[in-house]
Amino acid sequence: MLSHAEASEKFIANQERTDWHDDTLWFVRAKRDKASKLIPEWEALREHASQIKEHMLSNLPQYLLEFEVNAQANGIQVHWAKDAHEHNEIVYSIIQKHGDKALVKSKSMLTEECHLNAFLEQKGIDVVDTDLGERIVQFRNEVPSHIVLPAIHLKKEDVGETFHQHLGTPKGNKDPQFLTEAARIHLREKFLAAKVAITGVNFAVAETGEFVVCTNEGNADMGAHLSEVHIACMGIEKIIPKRQDLGVFLRLLARSATGQLITTYSSHFAKPREGQEMHIVLVDNGRSRQLAREEFRNSLKCIRCAACFNTCPVYRRSGGHSYHQPVAGPIGSILAPNFDKKANVDLPFASTLCGSCSNVCPVKINIHEQLWFWRQDLMKEGLAPAGKVISMKLMAWVLSNPSLFKWAGAMGRKVISWAPWLVNNGLNPWYKQREMPEAPKQSFQEWYKSNRS
Amino acid sequence: MRVALFVPCYIDQFYPQVAIASLELLEKLGCEVEVPGNQTCCGQPMANSGFAHVTGGCDANFSANFSGYDYIVGPSGSCVLHLKEHHPDAKIRSSVYEICEFLVDVLQVKTLPSYFPHRVGLHQSCHGQRGLRISSMTERNEAPFSKLTYLLDLVKGCEWKYPERQDECCGFGGTFCVTEEAVSVKMGQDRIQEHQANQVDFIIGADTSCLMHMEGILKRSGSKVGVKHIVEILNAHA
Repeated sequence: MLSHAEASEKFIANQERTDWHDDTLWFVRAKRDKASKLIPEWEALREHASQIKEHMLSNLPQYLLEFEVNAQANGIQVHWAKDAHEHNEIVYSIIQKHGDKALVKSKSMLTEECHLNAFLEQKGIDVVDTDLGERIVQFRNEVPSHIVLPAIHLKKEDVGETFHQHLGTPKGNKDPQFLTEAARIHLREKFLAAKVAITGVNFAVAETGEFVVCTNEGNADMGAHLSEVHIACMGIEKIIPKRQDLGVFLRLLARSATGQLITTYSSHFAKPREGQEMHIVLVDNGRSRQLAREEFRNSLKCIRCAACFNTCPVYRRSGGHSYHQPVAGPIGSILAPNFDKKANVDLPFASTLCGSCSNVCPVKINIHEQLWFWRQDLMKEGLAPAGKVISMKLMAWVLSNPSLFKWAGAMGRKVISWAPWLVNNGLNPWYKQREMPEAPKQSFQEWYKSNRS
Repeated sequence: MRVALFVPCYIDQFYPQVAIASLELLEKLGCEVEVPGNQTCCGQPMANSGFAHVTGGCDANFSANFSGYDYIVGPSGSCVLHLKEHHPDAKIRSSVYEICEFLVDVLQVKTLPSYFPHRVGLHQSCHGQRGLRISSMTERNEAPFSKLTYLLDLVKGCEWKYPERQDECCGFGGTFCVTEEAVSVKMGQDRIQEHQANQVDFIIGADTSCLMHMEGILKRSGSKVGVKHIVEILNAHA
């Protein structure tokens, strides 16, 4: 697996595509700015949302149990999964009971996190992702590169080629309208054939036992309404206390995500229709572990809007796949070490700590501060390469000793002036695309001594 | 007013002109400036690399040099932010100021005798901007303000311009600039391109580290655009 830095270098090698990716996502960020500025109380709304989530996280067990009782009273079957494996087994057992070999699934980052598709495919189940972007990446055997815009790393030419291969559209056709229509016809068949539909959950309301799914394509609704069995999968942090809280979150979600005032479909599922089975799987998968970490518990407030992706200058220039995780971007970088510290040690360093992410976040997660805290945590655990540990300790030692610092500084400047080839070479990553700063004859302290004392 | 001038390590070694301009500017504005002679580094390079646990020596040395001052003023938003957020001594945390915020908030500067007849592109360094709140940010729904442009407007002859994306990061990011070299340089190139579109003579800002990064890219491309710290402009005269 490539590290974020290595994968980014590959991504950036295609400068034209990088610029296109950057501009496209910046356009979304700009739309978000516009939409958020139409609401005078925007900042108060963010604070309010953050506090509702704070309250929810502090009372999570009670709200989960309240939700379970109310959902069951509505006729929904509630399942609890402690990890990804249990989640996948539960979903599979429901499918198996109905003896079906194919199902439709709308967008759910949780199922990506649990690698449900791969699990079910191994069991011989044909999973059809019905979100257009997700279907495109599924055809290509890729994973989403963005949690709201899964195929944003692809251009229409790429989609045209993929559809030519998988749907038989004419080679070279890249007309978005035509390609969308082709996908629509293809998916319509799948919707009509599937008995089981899986959806994600954006919000689950403890007070009423209902859950809300937001999409722009209506694919979650189409799947759920046509199915005999609807399975909704959610992380336990998706609970909100009351239905009225949706008045806060639904206003924030779409504006933050795409700059829309609201998602095209914000569908409430409260109970199965007659003859239908409705299941909800509540998944922990490391969330209670994160909840117990004071510095990182706020990350569980996330409503998966991806505003932090779109604003992140690093994400826009490195692409979602460089994060080698189902959830990429700044939020992914603070969630990933919770799953596997060693495998994700590079991600908290894939940031300049510019702080833009924390300030677009609709629930005010201090993302850039958590990136900083993860850096401390991971390095203290000994996950740094030996060379880095030595250089950091050496640096700290020199910088703690004023006379040593002055000597080292003077030596360094002399080296740059007298033997520039020692620093201006291929071993110095600074020098690869940048000149070194010029070395002045005197440091400021030397100047001060000779001019002021 | 007695002020201790905090000169970040890399400014001391590579950009002494920024420290000299800071010293002269503060003196011009009536401050009695002292320069503790054994200061080195605030500890930020290690801390941002995940090694805050080895910065005890730097913290102690900073305290030894700067304890007892009511105002510690430095020409670097990110070093000042690091001290404000992470230095163990509360008195240091509350006494340290980035120089532009010190000029505007403490000295309440209303006029400057400065003259700088050039068009400059203003780079808003993130830690000063979002961390110290030296200016408003486009992410938030808030009334626009900027201590930097307030000061630049006092300089005769100086015309300042924002790049198209007025507060996007330049990609320096401390050790990020070498560990994520490709993204870092691309971010810097993109910032520079927008400044060049404004036909500026200099890219300026309140953090020399960002400027050092952009200067390296500018020089490599043979550009005529220079970089200057904002204090060099505030201290410039006819």
